[in-house]
Amino acid sequence: MTTQEHDASVYEEVQRSSEFQELKRRFRRWTFPMTVAFLVWYLLYVVLSGWARDFMAIELLGNINVALVFGLLQFVSTFWIAWAYARHAEKKLDPIADKLRHEVEEKTR
Amino acid sequence: MSSQALSTILFLAFVALTLGITFWASRQTKTAADYYAGGRSFSGAQNGLAIGGDYMSAASFLGIAGIIALSGYDGFLYSIGFLVAWLVALLLVAELMRNSGKFTMADVLAFRMSPRPVRTAAGVSTITVSIFYLLAQMVGAGALVGLLLGVTSPAGKAWTIVGVGALMIVYVVFGGMKGTTWVQIVKAVLLMGGAALITLLALAHFGFNLSSLLGEAAAQSGKGGNFLIPGLKYGTEAQGLAGKLDLISLGLALVLGTAGLPHILIRFYTVPTAKDARKSVLWGIGIIGTFYLLTLVLGFGAAALVGSKTIAAADKAGNTAAPLLAQAIGQTFLGDVGGTILLALIGAVAFATILAVVAGLTLASSSSFAHDLYAHVFKRGNVTEREEVLVARVSAFVIGAVSIGLGILAQGQNVAFLVALAFAVAASGNLPAILYSLFWKRFNTAGAVAAIYGGLVSALVLVIFSPVVSGSETALFKDADFAWFPLSNPGIISIPLGFLCGWLGTVMSKEYNAAKYAEIEVRSLTGVGAEKAVKH
Repeated sequence: MTTQEHDASVYEEVQRSSEFQELKRRFRRWTFPMTVAFLVWYLLYVVLSGWARDFMAIELLGNINVALVFGLLQFVSTFWIAWAYARHAEKKLDPIADKLRHEVEEKTR
Repeated sequence: MSSQALSTILFLAFVALTLGITFWASRQTKTAADYYAGGRSFSGAQNGLAIGGDYMSAASFLGIAGIIALSGYDGFLYSIGFLVAWLVALLLVAELMRNSGKFTMADVLAFRMSPRPVRTAAGVSTITVSIFYLLAQMVGAGALVGLLLGVTSPAGKAWTIVGVGALMIVYVVFGGMKGTTWVQIVKAVLLMGGAALITLLALAHFGFNLSSLLGEAAAQSGKGGNFLIPGLKYGTEAQGLAGKLDLISLGLALVLGTAGLPHILIRFYTVPTAKDARKSVLWGIGIIGTFYLLTLVLGFGAAALVGSKTIAAADKAGNTAAPLLAQAIGQTFLGDVGGTILLALIGAVAFATILAVVAGLTLASSSSFAHDLYAHVFKRGNVTEREEVLVARVSAFVIGAVSIGLGILAQGQNVAFLVALAFAVAASGNLPAILYSLFWKRFNTAGAVAAIYGGLVSALVLVIFSPVVSGSETALFKDADFAWFPLSNPGIISIPLGFLCGWLGTVMSKEYNAAKYAEIEVRSLTGVGAEKAVKH
């Protein structure tokens, strides 16, 4: 058996392991819905910018209107999602990923 | 001393510093990993700054401030698309790419596909996207020197393009990724510092009351309350439904394009691990987000303190809004000398901005030519590392020379649409190929090739037959009319089409390699076998 074939079987073995499946599930269950959520939230903003200008023009505080606040909320949500992802990755993904990496590196050495 | 002279001195100081860095970097650049990926030894924070330096082009600094100064709120729509886009890169692309790739975007695609067709497609797309973007920046440099240094003759502008191009070639050919990254870091610091200073002064002028700044901007614009809501530039009521769909189309390309831009993607390879790639994007989001908040104040501040009329008289697109604001605000606080100094400062920062971005683009396209097309397609992998890096350097020189030539030819043309087009192509061709590669088990060579060419060709064809190329007052060819596609931005059609082509190509081919998918899935999520940092 060549090393490459050997490596390939190691990867398939890891892929089948319940730990890897848990890592994959934790990754996808967080990032996929969140991606859909921020894209919908962003598109809502763009659509309102095109079709709901009277709503966007409502003044909230002096000259600060809904359009400006909505735009600034896109910044807030972006910063928040970035922070939340980093926290999720550190707590839920990195420990499993690190453990699996060490295991595979032992096996393929 | 005039502001032109001072601006030139400040800019020459930047050039001297960056050439020094390039010389230092050239002595550190020995292997292919050094040249293409800066030895993968940058920290997350350093790479985050470089991401900012790579991404915040003159189009976003001068361009967005200008759109806001002339058309009000609509410029902000651009900033938001450019920022939210980074979440796609953070959540779905950056870490997985760092784990499974080596030097170029194609490395990830070629991982489990037949390498030659996939690398050819990715190389063609990388070079096309980068050249479009590069051309827009080069023509912008020519226009900028006219506005800031008072050089108005075509020959003077042409020499500026030659100068910018020559510096960019030197940075990339000698400094490689290490030199380019440091140029981008220095530029990011200067740009953030300059923008923050002008913003603070503009806010201070209004007693840190944003509402009164906005009120004054609306009053001075002559457009009243409409200046503070969307609709003066994009999707105006006069344009009807097509205009509004165009707005959505632009928004889609901006938010989905970033994570498919080759010069952005190769930045993820410059750090030691996937965790550092994550950190870089977090830093990048912080820096880029802050910067766009600053440009909001710069744009409205320019409208309030300089006035839309004066800005439009200096440049129709409003590109001098930020420099003119710097001058006005400097005068208010520190008299004529202050105005001169701040104008010079912003002028020099703008040139530094252009240089850092064009260097990143030249590096991305020459790396893809050497690594994807030359080494893997033409030579089928039978090249030494030395030879490959030599080819990368030569192609950086050639691409630089070509873009100088095209930049001079396109002088005075309305090529601003090329930036939006680069985003549209990246979103339509590159992004589907990358996402399918990382997440779809069944994806294969036919699918990858179909996604890239399908997205690239549909975006190009739709733009060629759109009002930006012919059949309108602002078109590239005003006198011809062969436009049949009503929107200026192709994204709303070409992005779904790119994803569709990728799916269709995949299901029509029987190729499927379970073992290779297991490998990329395990590697991308765990970092097993990821390329290591170079130790010097």
